[in-house]
Amino acid sequence: MKIHEHEAKEILKHYGVPVPNGAVASTAEEARAVAERLGGTVVVKAQIHAGGRGKGGGIKLSDGPAEAQRAAEAILGMTLITPQTGPEGRVVQKVLVEEGMEIEKELYLGIVIDRAVNRPVVMASEAGGMEIEEVAAATPQMIIKEAVDPLLGLKPYQARNLAFGLNLPAELISTGVKFITGLYKCFEEMDCSLAEINPLVITRDGRLLALDAKMNFDDNALWRHKDVEEMRDLNEEEPLEIEASKHNLNYIKLDGNVGCMVNGAGLAMATMDIIKLAGGEPANFLDVGGGATQEMVENAFRILISDEHVKAVLINIFGGILRCDVLARGVVEAVKKVQVNMPIVVRLEGTNAEEGREILQTSGLEFTVATGMADAAEKVVAAAQAAG
Amino acid sequence: MAILVDNDTRLLVQGITGREGRFHTGQCAAYGTQVVAGVTPGKGGEDVDGIPVFNTVAEAVAATGANASMIFVPPAFAADAVLEAIHAGLAVIACITEGIPTYDMIYVKRRLEETSTRLIGPNCPGLISPGKCKIGIMPGHIHAEGPVGVISRSGTLTYEVVAQLTERGIGQSTCIGIGGDPIIGTDFIDCLALFEQDDQTGAICLIGEIGGTAEEEAAAFIQEHVSKPVIGFICGQTAPPGRRMGHAGAIISGGTGTAAEKMRAMREAGIHVSESPATIGALVADVLGG
Repeated sequence: MKIHEHEAKEILKHYGVPVPNGAVASTAEEARAVAERLGGTVVVKAQIHAGGRGKGGGIKLSDGPAEAQRAAEAILGMTLITPQTGPEGRVVQKVLVEEGMEIEKELYLGIVIDRAVNRPVVMASEAGGMEIEEVAAATPQMIIKEAVDPLLGLKPYQARNLAFGLNLPAELISTGVKFITGLYKCFEEMDCSLAEINPLVITRDGRLLALDAKMNFDDNALWRHKDVEEMRDLNEEEPLEIEASKHNLNYIKLDGNVGCMVNGAGLAMATMDIIKLAGGEPANFLDVGGGATQEMVENAFRILISDEHVKAVLINIFGGILRCDVLARGVVEAVKKVQVNMPIVVRLEGTNAEEGREILQTSGLEFTVATGMADAAEKVVAAAQAAG
Repeated sequence: MAILVDNDTRLLVQGITGREGRFHTGQCAAYGTQVVAGVTPGKGGEDVDGIPVFNTVAEAVAATGANASMIFVPPAFAADAVLEAIHAGLAVIACITEGIPTYDMIYVKRRLEETSTRLIGPNCPGLISPGKCKIGIMPGHIHAEGPVGVISRSGTLTYEVVAQLTERGIGQSTCIGIGGDPIIGTDFIDCLALFEQDDQTGAICLIGEIGGTAEEEAAAFIQEHVSKPVIGFICGQTAPPGRRMGHAGAIISGGTGTAAEKMRAMREAGIHVSESPATIGALVADVLGG
């Protein structure tokens, strides 16, 4: 799960990680009030989950309260398009108003779970303000890393290695060590999957600050962080995906016209792939789970057909513990109830697959029953093209 | 021979008294697995369909000589269940539970480094040596005993591949679902090394997916250390970047973990890569026949 910059900075403050003075605002008037309180030059920053906000006009430097108000007026409500939002962009609901500052140097500090070593790894680089992936690709020697033994935690010597590695000025080394230690403590205690300070800045007046902050959290651990769960921003999510999540369906909307309903994440991905290989475009990823009940199939149909691009649906089920005859009855009932008016191709394999196919064929509804994944994909792509 | 589990496996089930645990215990026993004990704290002394239940894993092991565990404990308590099984010295643990916090698994993984226990999963279907022993939730009847070792990050996609093999009369030595999470106990390389040593295994089928670099590492290992033919497939060729595709570990992040990259690494290592999920069985047949 992702949260906004202003929320991440509030969390960081609790861990003693210094951030610029500032406050979040939902209206231009509120933004003006914050600017008045801060005094001097301020920065007005659009609060959306995607990065690259500056390039899209979502970050404005303002000289005083009146200008801050105008900047907030311009940003609030705008559809901000950045390389990370996709072409549809995001509507800005809030801005963060922060003190302006003169920056001496921009650095990078981040923590991720490194799957290759099964540990959290703290990364630091003097190449601040750039995407760390770009730095890693172009100049990997510019990145220093410390893998953390979970039983020991991040030790002081490791934080010092990073602080010295960043070439912090001598008077900022101990501040840097505290900064890095605080960020790691936060990462561990809050079950983060990513904590990234980019840029980490040294100001002209000698402060070390998290100028930006990005935090992602492990969805599997949200039950022990109710406060984080409450920060979920539905404005940042696709409406159909929100609906699907209410029904415990794993759904991701894509751009194609072939809707798919599959049991299991791997098979669902493979189904998308084979639709593409058959010359079509999948409209979604949808995993109805191992025990697809009639209710789940109904909900899945409702979500699939509310995507107006969908012209045909492929149901691909490998019945293991879930019996195909039970599933087929569920599909028949669901199609009647939800009134699906588009071609449906069904491919059933596994336990009681024969009986399942029989139920579909004698249901009086128009199913195309396929044998094998390749056959199913060809049939559904042809149906979508004919309907399209 | 098969790997990891066989006729000598004596299984205990942690979380045997839950709905899922009880059902799948019955399925495993019906397949022929020796299920010797169940563990549910506070329910020691009871029995589930004739299988004795103990309060602790240590007690169950002492009383029954169990050497493997299957875990159906809810996600908040599952990592602790794994640690308990490791401490009791079990040789093989299959953790079926989906949704364990990543940080919990980091501690488990750290503990595993100090022991010889093999953890399969979590978030996996388990493992099966057809005709010998089934530990997990896969449908037993689609499998057949034979020469192909199957390793996969997926559940139902593995069943798909196994069915394609069995349909062609090609049996399997052992099929292992290693799990869809970012941190897992046993990885591709561990399984590859075991299959390379296994007499029954003549070829290996490796089913990967987007996210992480496990397939690239497996490819490098295969090039160096595996003499048996390997057939591979990667799902998620059409997955958008930055989105978690069902499995917690299936995500393309920062431009790495794409299917194209993995398929290239596998081809360069001499692995036979199937473009389509529908042709994996046929490709295995070709490789075995040729």
